[in-house]
Amino acid sequence: MREAALNPPPHRHGRLVIRLLLVAAAFFAFGFALVPLYDTLCRAVGFNGKTLKDAIQAKDVPPSAVNYARNLGVQFTSTLMPGLPWEIRPLEPSIELHPGELRTTRFLVRNLSDQTIVGQAVPSVSPTVAARHFRKLDCFCFKQQTLAPGESREMALTFVVDGDIGEEISELTLAYAFFPAPNPN
Amino acid sequence: MNTASHALDHHDGHHPAGLLRWLTTTNHKDIGTMYLTFSLLMFFVGGAMILGVRAELFQPGLQLMKPEFFNQLIGVHALVMIFAALMPAATGFANWMIPLMIGAPDMALPRLNNWGFWLLPPAALLLTMPFFLALFGIGDGAVATGWTLYAPLSVQGGIGVDFAIFSIHILGISSIMGSINIIATILNMRAPGMTLMKMPLFCWGWLVTAVLLIITLPVLAGGVTMLLTDRHFDTHFFNAAGGGDPILFQHLFWFFGHPEVYILLLPVWGLMPHVLSTFTRKPIYGHTAQVWSFIAIGVLGLIVWAHHFLTSGLPVPALLYFMYSTMSISLPLAVLFFCWIATMWRGAMSFETPMLFALGFIVLFGIAGLTGLVLADVAADAQYHHSYFVVAHFHYALFAGGIMGVMTGVYYWLPKWTGHMYSEKLGKLHFWLTVISFNFTFMPQFFLGLAGMPRRIPDYALQFAEFNAISTVGAFALGLSQLIFAYNVWRCVKGGDKATDRVWEGTEGLEWELSSPPPHHSWETQPVIKAG
Repeated sequence: MREAALNPPPHRHGRLVIRLLLVAAAFFAFGFALVPLYDTLCRAVGFNGKTLKDAIQAKDVPPSAVNYARNLGVQFTSTLMPGLPWEIRPLEPSIELHPGELRTTRFLVRNLSDQTIVGQAVPSVSPTVAARHFRKLDCFCFKQQTLAPGESREMALTFVVDGDIGEEISELTLAYAFFPAPNPN
Repeated sequence: MNTASHALDHHDGHHPAGLLRWLTTTNHKDIGTMYLTFSLLMFFVGGAMILGVRAELFQPGLQLMKPEFFNQLIGVHALVMIFAALMPAATGFANWMIPLMIGAPDMALPRLNNWGFWLLPPAALLLTMPFFLALFGIGDGAVATGWTLYAPLSVQGGIGVDFAIFSIHILGISSIMGSINIIATILNMRAPGMTLMKMPLFCWGWLVTAVLLIITLPVLAGGVTMLLTDRHFDTHFFNAAGGGDPILFQHLFWFFGHPEVYILLLPVWGLMPHVLSTFTRKPIYGHTAQVWSFIAIGVLGLIVWAHHFLTSGLPVPALLYFMYSTMSISLPLAVLFFCWIATMWRGAMSFETPMLFALGFIVLFGIAGLTGLVLADVAADAQYHHSYFVVAHFHYALFAGGIMGVMTGVYYWLPKWTGHMYSEKLGKLHFWLTVISFNFTFMPQFFLGLAGMPRRIPDYALQFAEFNAISTVGAFALGLSQLIFAYNVWRCVKGGDKATDRVWEGTEGLEWELSSPPPHHSWETQPVIKAG
């Protein structure tokens, strides 16, 4: 290029350009790294009301941990997401329990269509800070549920609310959203 | 434009002429001109879309269009205005002015520069094409999710979403290349003696903008890529049934989206002190303070994103953090305001069109800042969120702050670029019509928002009718006033009174030492800035 010859010694931009490209690539990767980071953060501090994904064992909830001095109200609600022709309701809309106490409750689901359909329940606890104190021993939300045409089923949830849940919480709500399963298999 | 080709004659006569010249040019002035022309064109395209929306909102009820089409218009309006009008205008300024201001012969990477521009028209075409495809029965129109593309709506949307995703990918690549080019130019090609702290504020504003773009745009690109794989390849980043989280998309989007506001505004904040100093015939007050304010705003802008979804159920500690960090941005911004006012203080002011636009900018952008503080308040935001109050707020920021800022720059530098003076009479007419009709358009929207009218809905309750009618009349007046601007620019490019090299009485800086228009190749011998 003729202009280049007229210039003072031509600048070398290669290294700077490569570094800047690396910054851009790092932030592209950062976007994807946010997915597990966000998930971990939400579970650790209970943002978004995400409950713990894995079941705990019955031996982890000793009867001695029950705090009989406190009463806690727990409400259950359920929602159907679009595309799932089911009916769902909690058999007990609300219960009273002591923190640390092991309880089982049931939800009723019914497939209103004439097709076999797979659904997946996604739980959420509010207030959100209570989520990490909500521990499940067994839950229908741990796996996908397949319902034959017209079939109805009672699904169980066995859980415990930690004995050390903050004093400021006197009532919490567990909401299930039932989605059509993304990968019926 | 033909003035630039005169300059061609006595330099590199072997450059191709006509269309091929613009396709193959690596000259920063040619590329700057193309960016600005493209921006002006897309400004009218985006404006036409929103006039359709305002026409529908003139009366309650549905008169002109289906709600689906209404949704497409608002979303594409925003994407066009942000990515195809405001950002290219700022990049056009950068291309034209940064080499002139720092005494460099051209941008650091001229070929990349050409490529960066020519990615824009295909991206704009991709974004708007679904409108036309729908006319032929292909797909159901353009992206109808609003510009924020929130999941799960965008996971369920039609082909318009895919077109928007690819368009954003291309626009992102173009912007990142432009940013790399600007950073390389600024860091490597300043005239000897021009230290970073002596560098003109416009270049500083752009340097911070370019860094923000390189940090945030890849995150948006990642987010929309996840959206694409959620839509077509059975991933579940944002699908709760598969273990994903729709709120995650809001985090990814606004990690980009909030700095984007400063990306759009920093070049304008950089330009303002030059204009204010010129027309008050005083040196810029607080150069160093303004540089550090730019940097502070850039850094703070990266860590406040969640104030865009304070109502999404964030826990209280997060709400408090995002509220206070957002409000803290008003401190460096206040430093900028005070520096602007101090620059004008007791100056010998004159009120040419660029100065009028700069003053209008300061007042109206101040309203944007104050209403932003209200929105940042968690308790108040619960009421204002997703209402017309928000729409009014960000139009005070992005029209009065962004577009009027760009117009300040165009009127200020147009005589330098073309060698001709624009019509001062038309310029002043344009300013007054713009500022009056702008307030007629958006001031009523504050009241509508306070009264509870939600945004992005094509119909509304009867009690909102009067303010909506006023707003629509204002919007049409505002849109039509911009034709004066286009005509004035066209006239100035074609001819007019000769501009002097310094153009205005109080100008300072290397760019004013060149002829008006500057030769096709300027600063082939770098100027030397004396110490002191």
